[in-house]
This record gives sequence, C-alpha cells and structure tokens, in this order.
Amino acid sequence: MANMAQAIRMALHYAEEHLGVTDIFGEDVGAPLGGVFTCTQGLKTTWNSPLDERGIIGAAMGIAMAGGRPVAEIQFCDYVYNTIDLLKLAGNTSWSTFGDWHLPMVVRTPVGSGIRGSIYHSHSFDATMTHIAGWKVVMPSTPLDAYGLLITACQEKNPVMFLEPKALLRVKGEERIPGEPDDDRALSKLIDAPLGDRSQWKPQWPAGLEAYAVPFGKGKVVREGTQLTVVSYGRTLPLCAKAAETLAADGISAEVIDLRSLWPYDWELIKASVQKTGRVLFVNEDTEVTNFGEHLVRRTVEELFYSLLAPPRLLAGKFLPGIGLSDALEMASVPQLGDITTAIRSLAGEQP
Amino acid sequence: MSRPRLIKESSEASAPLERELLVRLHDLMVKTRVLEERLIQMYKQGHGYFWIGGPGEEAFNVSLGLLMKKGQGPDFDYLHAHYRQSGTLLALGEEPISSLRQMKNTATDPYSGGRNFAGHYSARRLNVAPVSSPIEVQYAIAPGTAMVQKRHGGEGITIVTGGDAGTAEGDFASCLVWSSRPANPLPLLIIVTNNKWGISTSAEGQHGEQRISDRGKAFGIRSKTINGNDAVEAYTELREAMAYVRTERKPFLLEANVSRLYGHSSASGANYVGNEVDCLKDFEAKLEKDGVLTREQMDALRNGYTEEMAAAARLVRDEPQPDPESIWKHIYAEDK
Repeated sequence: MANMAQAIRMALHYAEEHLGVTDIFGEDVGAPLGGVFTCTQGLKTTWNSPLDERGIIGAAMGIAMAGGRPVAEIQFCDYVYNTIDLLKLAGNTSWSTFGDWHLPMVVRTPVGSGIRGSIYHSHSFDATMTHIAGWKVVMPSTPLDAYGLLITACQEKNPVMFLEPKALLRVKGEERIPGEPDDDRALSKLIDAPLGDRSQWKPQWPAGLEAYAVPFGKGKVVREGTQLTVVSYGRTLPLCAKAAETLAADGISAEVIDLRSLWPYDWELIKASVQKTGRVLFVNEDTEVTNFGEHLVRRTVEELFYSLLAPPRLLAGKFLPGIGLSDALEMASVPQLGDITTAIRSLAGEQP
Repeated sequence: MSRPRLIKESSEASAPLERELLVRLHDLMVKTRVLEERLIQMYKQGHGYFWIGGPGEEAFNVSLGLLMKKGQGPDFDYLHAHYRQSGTLLALGEEPISSLRQMKNTATDPYSGGRNFAGHYSARRLNVAPVSSPIEVQYAIAPGTAMVQKRHGGEGITIVTGGDAGTAEGDFASCLVWSSRPANPLPLLIIVTNNKWGISTSAEGQHGEQRISDRGKAFGIRSKTINGNDAVEAYTELREAMAYVRTERKPFLLEANVSRLYGHSSASGANYVGNEVDCLKDFEAKLEKDGVLTREQMDALRNGYTEEMAAAARLVRDEPQPDPESIWKHIYAEDK
C-alpha cells in the first residue's frame, strides 16, 4: 500500500489532471527535489518559490483571485507563523467582502513531532489554525484519508489548511487507494523519483486513480468500544488505536475516533459516542494551553455533562517553548504510546 | 463609461492631453474631493465611526482609474488597492453613494455589508481586490494575479498600490523579489504613493533611501519617481508605465509624491492641512489659465456635486443597519 507521501502525490496528480489545480508550489516543491518529504515529485504544475512564506501565501491568494486553483506548501508549519495575518486575511476575504470574493486555495504543511526535528521542525499548528475562522482545517492519519481529504480540499471554494503529520508521511497504509497497484514496489517504481540525476525521469501514474473523496466534517470510528471514548487525529491517532488494542486484553473497551476534520468537525459522532460511554479522552500533541482539545472538553462539559461518568480529559503536548532535539526531550514533551495507555487506563478506572 | 481617447496613442510622456480628457480628469477629481469631504463631514456628524481616505491623491488616483483596462478576469487589469483610492473607484465608474453607505455601515453597503471601514472597497466585477486595513498585504498578494495573467497571455496587468510607510513591511520586498525573478518576470505595476507620512511619523523617522523607487534598481525593475500632484504628469507617466508593463510583461516601480490634505484619518482629527500642495487647486489654476474651463464652470461643478452628495448622505442616513443575524453570512463561499 502507498504511504501518505505517495497518497498525497497521487491525489495532487489527480487534482491537476481532473480538478483544475493550476499551481502546486512552495520551497523546493518543484523539480528536482519534489518536496522535502517527496510529496510533490513528478507533478506537472509544480514550481519552486523564493524562500518567502508570506510571498507563498500571498501568491496563493492572488492566484485564487484570478481564477486559478493553487495548492501551496509551507515546508514546515514552524515557518507558517510569519504568515498568520495573511491566513487571517484569506479566512476573512469572503466574509469581509460580503461574499464578493472567495479563495479556493489549499495550503499544505507538515506538522508535529516524530522525526527528531528539534525546535523548528516539530511544532504543531492545529491549535493556532483552529483559531482562524473562514478556513477549513483537516489532518489525516492514514494514506487513504490523506488522499480523500486532499481530493475534497481541491474541490473546495474556500481556503483549506491541510495538516500533514510528518511522523506518518512514510507509514504505509492498510487500506487501498482506489487505483493504486497491488504491489508497493510496483507503485514505488512508477511514482518515486530515482536518487541522483532525475532530469530525464517521468513518473508513470497509476491509470485507475479516481475522485475518491472524504467529506469534510466527518470523523471515523476506527475502533468500537463501550467504556470510554478516545478522540484524536494525526500522529497520535494510531497510538490511541494501539493503546486501545493493548488495553482490550485487560478488559478495557475503548472506542477510538479519528476526527480527520478539525473545522468543521464531527460533533455528532463525538456526542453519540460519549453518550454511550460516559467517558472521553481527547488526545493531540499541540501545546495544551488554549488547545483545540480544550474547546472539545468545554463543549463536552456544556452539552454532555449529564451523560458523563468522569471528567472529560485532555492529553496534549506540554506547554513548552519548543521540543528539544534529544530523544529523551522529544519523548517527554508530546504524548507517546505509554502516556496514552496510562491516560486511558486511568480514565477507565476513574470513580467519583 | 469609455476610456477617453488620446490625441496620440503613443508612449511619449510629453504627449499633450486633449481637452475632453482634461475636463474628465477634473470632473472626477472634484467628485472625489467632494466625496471625501462629505465622508469626513459624516464622521464629524456622527454618521460613521471612522474615516480614512485619499484627499490629496486625486490627481494620481483618478488618472489610474481612467487608464485601467476595466473588466473582470485575467484579460483585464487587477487592482490591489489601499484605503486612499476613492478617486480610482469613481474613475472606474463606481457611484459615490456606495462609499457613503460603507461610511454609515448600512446593510446596503455594497463593498462589505456594513462590516468594514470607509474606503475599504471590493469589486470583483471590476477586478478590484478587497482593500484591507493592514498596509502591506496587497504587495504579497499582487504577484499571484500577475502570475495568472502572465500565463494567460493578453494585455491584462496587475496594479498594486500602497503608501510610503508600508514599504517598511517585508511584503513590499516580497513584491519586488517575486515580480522580478529572471525565470518569471511579472506584468505588475508596483505603485507607492508617497505622502511622506506614516500616521504621525515623518519620512525622516521612517526610511533612509533617497527615493523609494531606487529600491527597484537593485532588482533590475524599471523605476521612476513622479510628481503625483500634477494631474497631467501623473496621467502621462502612468500611461507610459502601464504601456511598458502591458507590452513587456515586466514589472515597473512607480513612486508618486502626493499630499495628505486631511491627515492620516479621523483618528488624527481629519482637519484640513494648509501647508501641503493641493493637486486640485493647482490643476484648476492651470485649466483656468489654459482656457480649458472657467472659474464659474468649476464652481458650478463643485456645487453640483456638493448638493448631490448631501442628498445622497440624507438618503443613506435612513437606510437600515445590518441585521445582527447577518454576522453568519459569507463566512464561507456557500453561506449566502
């Protein structure tokens, strides 16, 4: 099966062939590199921008205004912070012009820890991005969802922030993307650029790719359970699923929800699950103060208080200025499998 | 409204302007000045929370609007304006009452539905990108529309304007960099209207380059500083710069020295500043001297517009404010 980087590449190929995507660009996005995570290798509308994030977001807005359909990349989300007021502007363009203009643009950016990226290649962006109204914000945890969410993003009329959990970009999927070949090695041969000289290389795209779309605002139950609900997305999602699987052996039945879409998000799915289990743990790795999970906790308290058997919990990244390079520092800064397992076990056993 | 025909469709900056065009320029400059003065008056009478605009920039801004290739889409000129350009919008054919509605933040405000300040225009049907309060962002966005136009072919260009103070922001540098890359130069007219102020900070406290247009030289961008207070010079220099961008498909940096006749905004009182050149007064003296218009004709024109805008302001005063429920409209393109 394809990994997430390959899935993104195939979705972008489909989008530039069939969905009107005109410009896939950013720093090192075009040839020869095709993206520092290989997500844009071999695509026909790619180009390299100056090393100027404000220029990148601004250009995407302008291209969208003039009828293009851009997919811009910020190489690491740590470098998106100097564009915040442009993100705000893109988010308010439809609203502040009373619907006169709208911006069909996608911004992709790798987020989170997991590659020992130290202080400027490990940050998360979901907490900040969900503060900026007028955008749709998504974050896949599997290659198939990455493909499907990106297809939807490239059909949107509004700005979409597509957050790529960098720890999962190289992880192979368990579900087949419609059209991808049976054999991983065959896929790699078709669409992965060779090492060394690539000037003569051209990808051979799988013929059967299609507009497989994952709708925005729809989460997914990845594991059913009865005693508590775990809601996560991105890098921590597979860890939550793994923890739930391990704890099943101890008789703890945890339901795991992959939110996938942060704005809009699938409140109905969370609500139904929490009403069933009475306990909920929200897990993500952004810093915990004014974290998106805090919003979900607040809403749970306000709307589902009388269904709860225990306080809703949030497990998130420590409120630190950065993530240190050392393995010990990174592991201590953001939720790991052990932290999640402990948090689930503790919540499952919590009594008044 | 058709674009006025010139005596010689040449790129010579010195080509004289025909009478019809001078009269048209004057008419729109007066209309703009009266509009701005009406907006200020509305503010002072409590019919609006904030005023910002461009009295003092009429000669340049009206010329710009008259010279734009007007329409929607990449075949036509895009304008990424700032908040001092009512003259450009009126020259493009906008009705002054629309500006009054935005000043009074009525539900009928066609630019923002009562959401944004005066002078914060948006008109997709005219390729006028939304004006926003940050003084620099338009310089980062403009290369995007220019890129589409370059690829699209044809004659459409992108025009971006901002003030001298805004050039301190990084987005101005982004604009110079992105428009002049040898691999993809862009049909982008980069304009700085230099009024020598950044709110209350004088030019001496802002930047040290002799001319802002000199910054274009390092990028190989054709650049020029002009007297934007002279209507004929502004028109002819803009015409030449636009012809260059249109045909060469390369950027041009044009710095226009202009005045700021009522200060930065209502935050600084919006009172008439007596010690700056008034482009309208100068132009009227010239028109009178050259026998193009008489003082009586010009006074009559001004009185006519004053009455027209007073009547429009009375009309707007009674129009409804936005429905509180309207806050939820247009967050997304589909939220009609």
